[in-house]
Amino acid sequence: MGEFNVHRVRFFNYVPSGIRCVAYNNQSNRLAVSRTDGTVEIYNLSANYFQEKFFPGHESRATEALCWAKGQRLFSAGLNGEIIEYDLQALTIKYAVDAFGGPIWSMAASPSGSQLLVGCEDGSVKLFQITPDKIQFERNFDRQKSRILSLSWHPAGTHVAAGSIDYISVFDSKSGSAIGKMLVDRQYMGVSKRKCIIWGVAFLSDGTVISVDSAGKVQIWDSATGTLVKNHLVSNADVQSIAVSAQEDSFVVGTAEGTVFHFQLVSVTSSSSEKQWVRTKPFQHHTHDVRAVAHSPTALISGGTDTHLVIRPLMEKVEVKNYDAALRKITFPHRRLVSCAKKKQLLLFQFAHHLELWRLGSTVATGKNGDTLPLSKNADHLLHLKTKGPENIICSCISPCGGWIACSTASRFFLYRLNYEHDNISLQRVSKMPVFLRSALQILFSEDSTKLFVASNQGSLRVFRLLEGGFTHLHSFQPQSGTVQSMCLLAVSPDGNWLAASGTSAGVHVYNVKQLKLHCTVPAYNFPVTALAIAPNTNNLVIAHSDQQVFEYSIPDKQYTEWSRTVQKQGFHHLWLQRDTPITHISFHPKRPMHILLHDTYMFCLIDKSLALSSQQRCCCGHAVMQFGLRAQPAHGALVPCEGGVGGARGEQQMALKEPLPNDKTLLYNPLPPTNESDVIRRRTAHAFKISKKYKPLLFVDLLDEKTLVAVERPLDDIIAQLPPPIKKKKFGT
Amino acid sequence: MADLEEGFTLTAVPLGSGPDGPLGVEQSDKTDQFLVTDSGRTVILYKVSDQKPLGSWSVKQGQIITCPAVCNFQTGEYIVVHDNKVLRIWNNEDVNLDKVFKATLSAEVYRIHSIQGTEPLVLFKEGAVRGLEALLAEPQQKIETVISDEEVIKWTKFFMVFRHPVLIFITEKHGNYFAYVQKFNSRILSKYTLLLGQEEKCVIQSFSTSVGRKFISLMSLTSDGCVYETLIPIHPSEPEKNQRLVQSQLLKSVVSGSARSGAALSILDQDHVAVLGAPRPASKECLSVWNTKFQTLQTSKELPQGTSGQLWYYGENLFMLHGKFLTVIPYKCEVSSLAGALGKLKHSQDPGTHVTPHFVNWETSQGCELGSQNSEQSKRILRRRKIQVSVQPEVPASTQLLATIQKDSEKHIEVELRKFLATKRTPDFHTIIGDVVIGLLGRCKAEPSFYPRNCLMQLVQTHVLSYSLCPGLMEVALEKTDVQILQLCLQQLPDVPESVTCACLKLFLSIGDDTLQDADINMESVSDYMDPVQDGEMEEQTTFLQNGFNPEEDNCDSCAQKLKEKPQAAADESTSCPLTPKRAALLNAILCSAYSETFLLPHLKDIPAQHSTLFLQYLYFLYLKCSENATMTLPGTHPPTLNQIMDWICLLLDANFTVVVMIPEAKRLLLSLYKFVKSQISICSELNKIEVSFRELQKLNQEKNNRELYSIEVLELF
Repeated sequence: MGEFNVHRVRFFNYVPSGIRCVAYNNQSNRLAVSRTDGTVEIYNLSANYFQEKFFPGHESRATEALCWAKGQRLFSAGLNGEIIEYDLQALTIKYAVDAFGGPIWSMAASPSGSQLLVGCEDGSVKLFQITPDKIQFERNFDRQKSRILSLSWHPAGTHVAAGSIDYISVFDSKSGSAIGKMLVDRQYMGVSKRKCIIWGVAFLSDGTVISVDSAGKVQIWDSATGTLVKNHLVSNADVQSIAVSAQEDSFVVGTAEGTVFHFQLVSVTSSSSEKQWVRTKPFQHHTHDVRAVAHSPTALISGGTDTHLVIRPLMEKVEVKNYDAALRKITFPHRRLVSCAKKKQLLLFQFAHHLELWRLGSTVATGKNGDTLPLSKNADHLLHLKTKGPENIICSCISPCGGWIACSTASRFFLYRLNYEHDNISLQRVSKMPVFLRSALQILFSEDSTKLFVASNQGSLRVFRLLEGGFTHLHSFQPQSGTVQSMCLLAVSPDGNWLAASGTSAGVHVYNVKQLKLHCTVPAYNFPVTALAIAPNTNNLVIAHSDQQVFEYSIPDKQYTEWSRTVQKQGFHHLWLQRDTPITHISFHPKRPMHILLHDTYMFCLIDKSLALSSQQRCCCGHAVMQFGLRAQPAHGALVPCEGGVGGARGEQQMALKEPLPNDKTLLYNPLPPTNESDVIRRRTAHAFKISKKYKPLLFVDLLDEKTLVAVERPLDDIIAQLPPPIKKKKFGT
Repeated sequence: MADLEEGFTLTAVPLGSGPDGPLGVEQSDKTDQFLVTDSGRTVILYKVSDQKPLGSWSVKQGQIITCPAVCNFQTGEYIVVHDNKVLRIWNNEDVNLDKVFKATLSAEVYRIHSIQGTEPLVLFKEGAVRGLEALLAEPQQKIETVISDEEVIKWTKFFMVFRHPVLIFITEKHGNYFAYVQKFNSRILSKYTLLLGQEEKCVIQSFSTSVGRKFISLMSLTSDGCVYETLIPIHPSEPEKNQRLVQSQLLKSVVSGSARSGAALSILDQDHVAVLGAPRPASKECLSVWNTKFQTLQTSKELPQGTSGQLWYYGENLFMLHGKFLTVIPYKCEVSSLAGALGKLKHSQDPGTHVTPHFVNWETSQGCELGSQNSEQSKRILRRRKIQVSVQPEVPASTQLLATIQKDSEKHIEVELRKFLATKRTPDFHTIIGDVVIGLLGRCKAEPSFYPRNCLMQLVQTHVLSYSLCPGLMEVALEKTDVQILQLCLQQLPDVPESVTCACLKLFLSIGDDTLQDADINMESVSDYMDPVQDGEMEEQTTFLQNGFNPEEDNCDSCAQKLKEKPQAAADESTSCPLTPKRAALLNAILCSAYSETFLLPHLKDIPAQHSTLFLQYLYFLYLKCSENATMTLPGTHPPTLNQIMDWICLLLDANFTVVVMIPEAKRLLLSLYKFVKSQISICSELNKIEVSFRELQKLNQEKNNRELYSIEVLELF
């Protein structure tokens, strides 16, 4: 395959914001996550935990509560006192309603999903009726002394528990009157603390109320009598979150020390029916506060200040060893934050509120594998571009020539013209934006930087011609009638003829840019697209899905390529399929059309289509397979879309997938071949997947030219260094 | 804790008897089935767990049943008396009582008694007693008068005392009570006058008895509401004489004296009695369970509809009349145990089913004292079953083995044991092994000459024993100074208490070498590092031992060897072992056993100074041996680890430091130990420095990899 000079970039100072709330929707198996900057992300747990949608954050919109209601409607509430509903199709905010109770600390949807309850700073609990297109204020519950920090409905909808400061109130949800009050002990390890904040409550159907508080206690109350049944002191610091499973046989709490405790309802003796809550498992996957937990039927989900979303499967609930049986830690967004102007060797980094433009350095030296070359010119920070306003940047792009930068927030679209004069850069904002161009979900420049493609959130795709100092609107591809499907991913062919666009769920549409019409639609697949790109010359569209399948579709022929069929027939290597981060970027070797470059967070891979998919040599494979742990198993066919899931559109492929996977025992990750062996052996052991795991976590990898790669790394240590310090815990021996 | 469960009504139809209640409730030959005799004309057989009648028999209009029906346990037939003199015998198949066997007697019958294991007895109103068989053989025989005129039988009870039937009946005459005890093995009738404890006369309302080893305990409930106990000797010293018995008060004011329909008393077990009656004059009647030992009320249950002052107790069921219905209240008494207190036994039993003996009395089961008549009965059944079982050909091997242990010769036991161990292991194997060991030890204690050493060795080596399964084993071995068994026990038993460990240690240190010489000790823990050479030095070093000199046969050889190796040995005196290999092997067993410092330390203080010095010397030797190689381990199989050695050195010094420093030899030892430890510490600190510098190296390496923000590297993809 050859040698590459790799620009190893670690100066992308990206810090994800901490997780504030998580809300699990059992119906669609989706998880909504809100972050401290107001961003809301939606993960599809059925599609390998792919982050399929996101709503950009807003400085004034600190989300404090997030919940699903009425099926699959998503609401959030925050310290600006507003309740927001999200439009999951258009990926915009549908409306915001002020609750007029000051900052909102908590929110809960009724078990039937038709009512929404918010707890406010002024001690009021407000009930809203969810109407088909809005929410309507209905009633105030009895006003409490201080802010309502947590709310929970009785599963029958008859009562509501509300956690405040120092006490828990129980309301009758019909009348709204407070019928009970449970005082929480302020004592903390024998010392009286100033206040005891009830961070979370959970109401069980037998009338039990579980509360977690700032004194580190998990308390189980009988709401009928208002008595404390059981007290578990789990932490020296606050217990900040609680989530109960749907069966009410287990719950999970998260503490400020980063520990997550699992509680289970366990029989006292083997024969009796008497059960009690027992703290069964502690998990320490976080370094900082666990601000939010959720309990899916098979996993404990936790997130907190350390920005990781951790999905810890409950092994007793997992029946087959598959994707769901592994611990997941999701740290980085499943979308690109970096774009690259190859010719000028520029990198554009997207932050929440600004963009950074860097020019890569250079070297004149050469070296052999593993060498670090002396730099003749270091990387330059060229530009720091701050957006105005409180909104977060949704997307950004730099043109391949480096002359244009475009970015968009939820309400404004920015286009800049860059001029390079020796070492000086002048930036000029293109004013006079057309009215219809207010926000974009995805921006893309054509290879020759003469066209700009913008995916807006009403499903339309707009094509602009870029001129020196201005641009004109060429065309707008409207979505097919009736569908409001936002396009999230765009790809344009290097010759500028074809534009591929993929939405959140439907198939990939290919448009003919010359004739300005829809050319074809790639058949729908039941896993979302994570990345797509069109190959030079051949105009083959390469599509990566969240289940780690990669397809190649010939746009001119309107069918899958021969190579793609072969791959599907043989099946991917099980280690390939077991990777747990999606492919976020695909690009091609500028000189060798047979080479495809793909990367996820932990590896990048060059696929050489000319080589056999797997090496037939088995001499060293055992070693390699063992090294990566999991053995192939028949059940993992379940991971591959097969049977009815694919639908008739991919009949032939379906047939291919049913076959056993022959290359399971062969090698995926090449060890360094012994140098003393002849070229013949090398060639024989070579296979199509050239994988490197040297750089990680990877945010971006691209081929600058035939011999140069750029890899943008973001070491976790650097992120942790920028987080607030965690609660100091005494360790033995320190 | 005693516990009255929710009661249930047995008869769906009210008994036609009115306030008098039923005549009696008697057990039938099947468990759970009871004969209830109405005071009118009817006998009903009930199955209690099903709460339904299985059969009902009535005498003709005009006749009246005068004595409760009983079951003849030997034949399974039922017997009833009507119109005082007419005896009827029938069985389950019979439908009409008129057509069954009938015998008309010459005197009036008071009661028929029938219990398991003996023939029924007929007690006549005049105090005479006849066996049923004898009576049936000649129904019209002459019945003598035993008691005087105007004396009336008040209460009677029939039970077995050491397989001999005993009948007791209480009579009353002008407010005086007399107890007659009729024993049938000797046909002696003893008469006692019951003296009430207090001045004023009060009426005794109810009696109940239980049988002890020497006494029959007769409890009586008097009209002043107190329970008195009278002990009647089973073997009277002067049988023919009229003796006086004094009652002692057991419980005070359990019922109010002025109960409407009287009160009743029943002994439930050794410590518990059930009392039926109103606790206060105005209150409703109650069934209460009292603990006589602690004189506390255990539980009580109100019977709002009133009762008749009659109480029967069989198995675990209390029968009484509640309103007009016969009510059964299951009674349960769990022995309070630690496990129970910890909640392990909580709800261990399904409330729906009543397993027969859920009251386990450890003392009774060991035969110290017999509990109530009921546990007596059930015990009898068990015994009978056991006897039957031993007759049958397929006896469980374990039972057979246990029997063998009690009587056979040592050799025979050994053979039997080997046979038993060769068979397949059952789930309760370890308890059986425990029983076998306890059996053997019991016999050891009884016969001082009996010491089945090989058997015990074999048993210990089954790997299933623990100290708590056979608590006496190590004590016996200590007594017999059987170091071999002790070594095995220390190696095999997981839970040897620290006191015993320490006792072993003392023994191992003090036992004479000549005794050790003969012992067959497992030497594998010392074989590799203990050359049998140093006996020579040992003579010098261990002169303070009780039996310091060791007349080993290879003594000369070792001397010769010692001569050869003299220079080296002299150069490093401390590398030679201060003990014989056998003693070392024993001590290794101690070193490897588990202990808790807190419990061990006080016992270690008791070791004589010279012994602790010797032990310390040995530990020092092991420590030196350990430090000879880089891995800091001793050679051989299962040697003590360095940590164990260090811990024991610390323990020993902790316990005996003040003593040890006073002994000159020990002082020398301590000094050299100190020197050695010091040198080790200096080595460790050097190692520490090296480790720190390597750590820096690693840090440097990491930094080089990670800290650069930007670099251009060469990567070759294959």
